[in-house]
Amino acid sequence: MGILEVKNVGKRFGGLQALNKVELDVKENTCHAIIGPNGAGKSTLLNCFVGKLMPDTGSVMFDGQSVLGRTPYEINQMGISRVFQTPEIFGDLSVLENMMIPIFAKRDGAFRMHAFENMFAEKEIVEHAEHMLEDMNMADKREMHAASMSRGDKRRLEIGMCLSQEPRLLLLDEPTAGMARADTNNTIDLLKQIKDERDITIAIIEHDMHVVFSLADRITVLAQGTPLVEDDPENIKGHPKVREAYLGETAAA
Amino acid sequence: MLGLNKKDTTLFLIVIGMAMLAPFILNPFPEGSSLAQMFNAGYPDLMQRFVIFGILVIGFNILFGLTGYLSFGHAAFLGIGSYSAVWMFKLVGMNVLPAILLSMIVSGVFALLIGYVSLRRSGIYFSILTLAIAQMCYNLAYSVLGNPSSNFNLTNGETGLQLSLNDPRILGSATTDGALPVTNLFGAAMRSSYQWEAGSWLFTFNVGYYFSAIIMLISFYISIRIFRSPFGMMLRAVKSNQQRMNYTGLNTRPYVLAAFVISGIYAGLAGGLLSSMDPLAGAERMHWTASGEIVIMAILGGVGTLIGPVVGAGFNEYFKNILSKINDDILHTWLSFLPDGLENLLVGFLHYFVGKGWHLTLGIMFMLVIIFLPGGLVQGGQRIAKLFSRKKDGQATPPATQTPAE
Repeated sequence: MGILEVKNVGKRFGGLQALNKVELDVKENTCHAIIGPNGAGKSTLLNCFVGKLMPDTGSVMFDGQSVLGRTPYEINQMGISRVFQTPEIFGDLSVLENMMIPIFAKRDGAFRMHAFENMFAEKEIVEHAEHMLEDMNMADKREMHAASMSRGDKRRLEIGMCLSQEPRLLLLDEPTAGMARADTNNTIDLLKQIKDERDITIAIIEHDMHVVFSLADRITVLAQGTPLVEDDPENIKGHPKVREAYLGETAAA
Repeated sequence: MLGLNKKDTTLFLIVIGMAMLAPFILNPFPEGSSLAQMFNAGYPDLMQRFVIFGILVIGFNILFGLTGYLSFGHAAFLGIGSYSAVWMFKLVGMNVLPAILLSMIVSGVFALLIGYVSLRRSGIYFSILTLAIAQMCYNLAYSVLGNPSSNFNLTNGETGLQLSLNDPRILGSATTDGALPVTNLFGAAMRSSYQWEAGSWLFTFNVGYYFSAIIMLISFYISIRIFRSPFGMMLRAVKSNQQRMNYTGLNTRPYVLAAFVISGIYAGLAGGLLSSMDPLAGAERMHWTASGEIVIMAILGGVGTLIGPVVGAGFNEYFKNILSKINDDILHTWLSFLPDGLENLLVGFLHYFVGKGWHLTLGIMFMLVIIFLPGGLVQGGQRIAKLFSRKKDGQATPPATQTPAE
């Protein structure tokens, strides 16, 4: 049984059937990629997992519990962390503070009024955050203004923030979109390392085939809101249906 | 000290020093000189306003500076605090402590209700909601709840709520001479002052001022603690990226609501203090222009900085005071060195900027600050400090920034 089970999910926006009878089964401690051409419904599907969108039909179960109808913060507290297409970090805060917030959230829950302690007096949280920064190779940037970092560093920080909560499922929405080649390769290395070193399930949406085939254990191809094929990477590469949907008629010919 | 780091301790000590020595600092010119009439600000009424509006803006800054939620109706809490305190003086007794306590509680409850409703929206919609609710409070206070002929006259409308001799005052404070009792702290009257003549200087030490100043210092200390706490960090995170907060497992709504209530309590405290200094509460304190002034003071000083609100409140009150004191006669004496025609022309022009026209000058100052110092007067101070430290560095090391253009 998978950690994330998606059954018969459908979502309609006006006249557009964005998702139609989507079935997905993400096994624990694997990296599952969801690929597909533009407009296939990948991001819509991801938004259904995190409480941003409510599907019209179907169910989304995480570890045996439904996530539907819950708010994003509740879903996060269940153990799902999400990395966005454009890095979403706290730009006005320092890198260390960015890293401390998710750790506070993990320890104290959705709201706690700790208005009288000094934030840096919480030794175990500061140490945990520093440790995470070292893991992400950004210990030297701890005092930096997060908004002033490069795209690649922001991405690293965002991934680090998600990992600091020790989520069971990490959702990545095109983590290398708009990145230079070097940054992309760094991100791939980082994700590989995460996959190897941690007990974590990763679900990734990606355009870049290089990224997908370097990371994924299992691939689902989505086209026009419907899953086309689900298989291992080797089989996906040569699959005629996939080539047709994804790479276009000429490539298939 | 007191759980503050070194930098904050220094800042806090400076503010303590300034507050305690204010009667000296604000009275730099000898009594009776023409400069003293104009620029001395060391009299109780004005000094009290400095610290009380300081409290108000410190509280406002906890909401606006940290979370970025711009409340355009904060004067409502000031007014609610004022009315609560006066009612306490009327019903219970003339001690200021219970009055201030009630001000804080009542405005806190109102802040909870108003915040719960208006925080359903953010950005401009939140501002408009708070503005509308505050105007509603103003109108309620001005007419609906203040009809002197009705049985339920809560605010006494246009005249304002004031003390009278036949108020019940259950803790008693019988006046022997038929005069109204005065507000006091366990017997020390708020309006009593000690005057010290040193040469031609006259310094006034007022009980009400020192009481307000101590409360301001406590408020300032609490605000520093909040700024440096995990809670304060969460509030800054709300301002920075709410989306990330939600996806990090944090519920932003209670954080902002808590900030709103805290800042409402601060405003209520300021209102209670205003009434304690002068037990008269009018609806004009809740008018939307009063709310606007709070925003202006915060931005003038520097939003999101610790000391900014105090600086902004002081700056605004000080210039409001001296600008409104200048009249045409004073302008004529100042410009008497000019030829008559030119003098009259210039006085005629400046006439619009002083006296009743003080709004115009303050508006121009506000614009200049916004354009050249978007971070407020605090940013100006920082720039000056930087300028000096760079000069010092420049002597020690050659500038390292001269890299060839790429």
